[in-house]
Amino acid sequence: MDLGLVLSTLDATLRLSTPLLLACLAGLYSERAGVFDIGLEGKMLASAFAAAAVAAVTANVWLGLLAGLAVSITTAGLQGAAAITLRGNQLIAGVAINMLAAGLTTFLGIQWFGQGGRTPQLPVSGRFQNIDLPFANELAGVPVVGQIYSELISGHNILVYIAFLAVPITWWVLYRTRFGLRLRAVGENPKAVDTAGISVTRLRYQAVLITGFLCGLAGAFFSIAQGSGFGNNMTAGKGFIALAALIFAKWKPVPAMFTCLLFGFLDALQIRLQGTSIFGVGVPVQAIQALPYILTVILLAGFIGKAVGPKAGGVAYTKER
Amino acid sequence: MSSDTPMGDPIAQRPQVAAASSAAASDLAIELIGINKRFGAVHANKDIDLQVRRGTVHGIVGENGAGKSTLMSILYGFYTADSGEIRVNGTPHAITDSRHALALGIGMVHQHFMLVDNFSILENVVLGAEDSAMLGPSLDRARKELTRLAKEYRLDVNPDAIIEDVSVGTQQRVEILKALYRGADVLILDEPTGVLTPAEADDLFRVLRTLRDQGKTIILITHKLREIMAITDYVSVMRQGAMVDTLKTSETNPEQLAELMVGRRVLLRVEKTAAKPGDTFLSVENLVVKDDLGVTRVKDVSFTVRAGEIVGIAGVAGNGQSELLESISGMRDQTSGIVRLKGTPLSLEGDDGAHRARKAGLAHVPEDRQRMGLITAFEEWENAMLGYEDDPAYGKGIILDSAAAQAEARERIKKFDIRPANERLKTANFSGGNQQKIVLAREMERNPDVLIVGQPTRGVDIGAIEFIHNQIIKMRDAGKAILVVSVELDEIRSLADRILVMFDGQIVGEADPATATEGELGLMMAGVTDKKAAAPARVAAQGQGS
Amino acid sequence: MSSAILKPLPRWADVVLLPILNLALAFIVSGLVVLAIGQDPLAALNAIVTGAFGNGYNFGYTLYYSTNFMFTGLAVAVAAHAGLFNIGGNGQAYIAGLGVIAVALPLQFLPWWITFPIAIVAGAAVGGLWGFIPGWLQAKRGSHVVITTIMFNFIAAAIMVYMVVNVLKPAGILAPESAMIAPEGRMPKLGAFIPWFKNTDVNFTLVLALVCLVGAYILIWHTRFGFAMRALGQNPTATRYAGMSNSRIIMIVMTMSGALAGMVAVNQVVGVQYRLVLDYVADAGFVGIAVALMGRNHPVGILLAAVLFGALYQGGNELQYVIPGLSKEMVVVIQALVILFTGAMEGLFRPGLQRIFMTLSPQQKAGAIEANSVKSGS
Repeated sequence: MDLGLVLSTLDATLRLSTPLLLACLAGLYSERAGVFDIGLEGKMLASAFAAAAVAAVTANVWLGLLAGLAVSITTAGLQGAAAITLRGNQLIAGVAINMLAAGLTTFLGIQWFGQGGRTPQLPVSGRFQNIDLPFANELAGVPVVGQIYSELISGHNILVYIAFLAVPITWWVLYRTRFGLRLRAVGENPKAVDTAGISVTRLRYQAVLITGFLCGLAGAFFSIAQGSGFGNNMTAGKGFIALAALIFAKWKPVPAMFTCLLFGFLDALQIRLQGTSIFGVGVPVQAIQALPYILTVILLAGFIGKAVGPKAGGVAYTKER
Repeated sequence: MSSDTPMGDPIAQRPQVAAASSAAASDLAIELIGINKRFGAVHANKDIDLQVRRGTVHGIVGENGAGKSTLMSILYGFYTADSGEIRVNGTPHAITDSRHALALGIGMVHQHFMLVDNFSILENVVLGAEDSAMLGPSLDRARKELTRLAKEYRLDVNPDAIIEDVSVGTQQRVEILKALYRGADVLILDEPTGVLTPAEADDLFRVLRTLRDQGKTIILITHKLREIMAITDYVSVMRQGAMVDTLKTSETNPEQLAELMVGRRVLLRVEKTAAKPGDTFLSVENLVVKDDLGVTRVKDVSFTVRAGEIVGIAGVAGNGQSELLESISGMRDQTSGIVRLKGTPLSLEGDDGAHRARKAGLAHVPEDRQRMGLITAFEEWENAMLGYEDDPAYGKGIILDSAAAQAEARERIKKFDIRPANERLKTANFSGGNQQKIVLAREMERNPDVLIVGQPTRGVDIGAIEFIHNQIIKMRDAGKAILVVSVELDEIRSLADRILVMFDGQIVGEADPATATEGELGLMMAGVTDKKAAAPARVAAQGQGS
Repeated sequence: MSSAILKPLPRWADVVLLPILNLALAFIVSGLVVLAIGQDPLAALNAIVTGAFGNGYNFGYTLYYSTNFMFTGLAVAVAAHAGLFNIGGNGQAYIAGLGVIAVALPLQFLPWWITFPIAIVAGAAVGGLWGFIPGWLQAKRGSHVVITTIMFNFIAAAIMVYMVVNVLKPAGILAPESAMIAPEGRMPKLGAFIPWFKNTDVNFTLVLALVCLVGAYILIWHTRFGFAMRALGQNPTATRYAGMSNSRIIMIVMTMSGALAGMVAVNQVVGVQYRLVLDYVADAGFVGIAVALMGRNHPVGILLAAVLFGALYQGGNELQYVIPGLSKEMVVVIQALVILFTGAMEGLFRPGLQRIFMTLSPQQKAGAIEANSVKSGS
């Protein structure tokens, strides 16, 4: 294969990994704090809709992003209220959030824009544009390194860079700050945190709200960065692939990045392979689509390594007698 | 609790004699005045007064459920009292949370350690006491401080070791270090020796004495009188949520304390005739068992139990007794070894091993009723057949005849005097003693050849203890082989015809309950098997209690 | 703290009052959404109720939807009794279509009463397999059934697209669907016997659903296996102690759960569409979660909740014709809120209700004291 083809596939990989990575890191915060979140999908969808709706009306991409973040964080807060304050079932809360987002986005979309749930096509000012990094054009002529820089690294929208920047930041927060220490502790043994005089509830809310923030970015990526408007169910299960990636990465930020890149690559590959065949064998596109899920199932079953989540995950904290 | 002690008990009415009342207020590190705490209908702390002098070790004794831990949790800010006042160094404080208590210099070592298993010791020490938003400086300071504390109190630990890799004794050190790192002047320890070997407990007491001598105040919660006598300067006795008395340790004795604790004279020995052992019913050969984490907990254990005898296994909790019981009864897979019942090897592997063990005639009263032996959300009659639900007596084919099962449950309720006598009541609503009777009735009424019983009277009220002991002896006299495991040495000594001592996964010795002294058994439980060499070294802590 | 010490609610309040309160709250919140977008919520409610029960045609469709929800609700409930959260009803119902179509097409010229039982077995087998694998993975490999069943939903979707497009689609047809089943092999609609239901999709599978409800009741409360399964759901350590094989129970329960979900395929493939199409499950598997939660995992409750949600779906379809601004997605919102309130925010009403019940009856208060004092701890 020639370099151009490789680079364009990798370029697509970066783009397709971005929402996965944002959602995956989102899930990491809340699950590391002991709150299972299968509602990543719903929060992304809600944000995607809100961002597109506001961007469509105001023609301002930043207001769109703000709206997406606000809606996603609010939804996360609702989920937090159920899972933390009311000590409800975290899994069911996630299911409800996904369904609520799917229903409300379509319902409000039809009501507001009358296009069968889609938002209007966004103007240029309502979308994040690709950014050319400095000297991208100048270096384009340099073989390999220059090409990689100008074609692969340069020329993405800002959310792509934010997503990959979020990886070292998350690592640093988790392992080098007081907040990170407490976050990791509360997912393992909330009682130890409580007896140390730290509020479990507050910590978990903080984590859940960060999850909402990152899901907001991921959702906005779909509708106002990658796409130019909202379409029904446009997150298409990516929240669950992100969840799979989180498990695959054993709840660690750097492995999360590589897993999301792998899953993004598989996605790019299956788009590229539509209707073609590799090595003369027709690999069904569906097989590649299902691969992240299959890999996760295999990993969870301990056939390749073992994924053990935070010990206190999924359980609401109650002071015992 | 409740029904066993009449309300008109003279001791309950006794006026408060505070031993420390003569002390000047300035001598008091902690003063609790009129503390009340209710959990819904349960009055856990009733109008409690307590004075703790600075620089002393102050013990608080009482039975399980007497309200000791609740009281200390209030002092530590984990719960808030409904009414009453807390004075620290003479100044009243409304302690709202643990952070507040820590700021006042009150630290607590909980019964179940509050440690994060996959954190290093250093991270655990720092958690909640970080200096700034950045972690680095806090960790550096803590490392220096740990070195200092290790020197001052002889509390050595490796700061970078991960908690799940270190021993229980070390974990407890970490808890103490956590409190000291936070500047605790008053240290509360809740049942600190429950999980320790006698040697580790001695080491703990040494540390506590050093701390006291350096001016720290220690509050020790325990239900073991031996420890009170060995280490404390003052002792307060609690019963049924009330403070009964506070005494100077040097002016009291275990008998008096026991009486204050339970409110009446305790019958410690069980009436029984000499055993008439017959054929070997249960034989355990070279058993090796691993726990859930893959650690070998039972190491090549062999012993036999004959018909008509009770074999007791003594040992400090956590020396492999639980795994031994679970393995023999088929709840836990064994790594190697053979368990024979009347000479026939039992096939116990797989998660239905317990079913085959029961079929073969081995009944099991588990250590932990609520977690293993009962489904507390079920009605009584459902628990009365748990494990035997495939008995043809309960219906034909796949259908379960609940009427038949309920009729049988009613009979057993009568026979074992289970109260309330209602088989349709949720099991959670029975008291500990009655729950234990439900399990005993179920396991004994099947007329098994072998009965294994773990912690027969844990959490059971005094009245029921006698009943349960007598039932076990009745089984023995009926020619059954009985294996009892208990961490209560007194119980093993009074119940067993033969004592096996377990230490670190091995049977380290056998003793005759009629002749063995508590000291000898204690040494064996600590893993010291060479009796002659160890005898002179018997420590004061062991001797005083008995 | 406080929730731990309150006396449990009387049974009727637990199974009737609480679900109704939660349902009412879901309706009120949905109503506020409708109000917020400038529509009349009462008119919307009226349109839904009329659309669901107004006449035989409407009610027939309500029952058709309910049939699916009874199956998926039971699938969730049976697993829930064993302490398992089967979130994979959608995938199990979907993939079961392969089994149904695999027997329905070859046997299409046989009378329906021969095809029907065979289709049931085939659907149950394939749906059951799709439940069994996550069950096996949890029982033997320790992977969490929730995550695995989520993954299996997506894997099922991928397989179905491949199978329908690449294997089952006859040459010359553009739409992604299998060949049609001949009229002889089709399940009769109830409208053929009960004129009131004329021209609606409700068919004989409804009878199967009712049989399954009764069967589940007997299974859960009147068989030895049901006892074992409920015991596992309450306390897996106790079942290990009792020697019931936990892994065996998990595998059997998940297989039964998947088989029940798979019955949706019977309703859809041989009962309504007479061919295998893509995405025929819609979100019935997820509705099953709402149904089971609402119905308190009891067959009677599931029956009522399934009819309720069937009515919402059918009423929602009609809604968009009556009030042009309101789409049927309103129903998805209501359903999500029901799941949220009954499943995840139970704590909203329960403590308050318990307090009300305790203050209402001094006798109960005394009872609570007695019940609590026997298990007081330090």
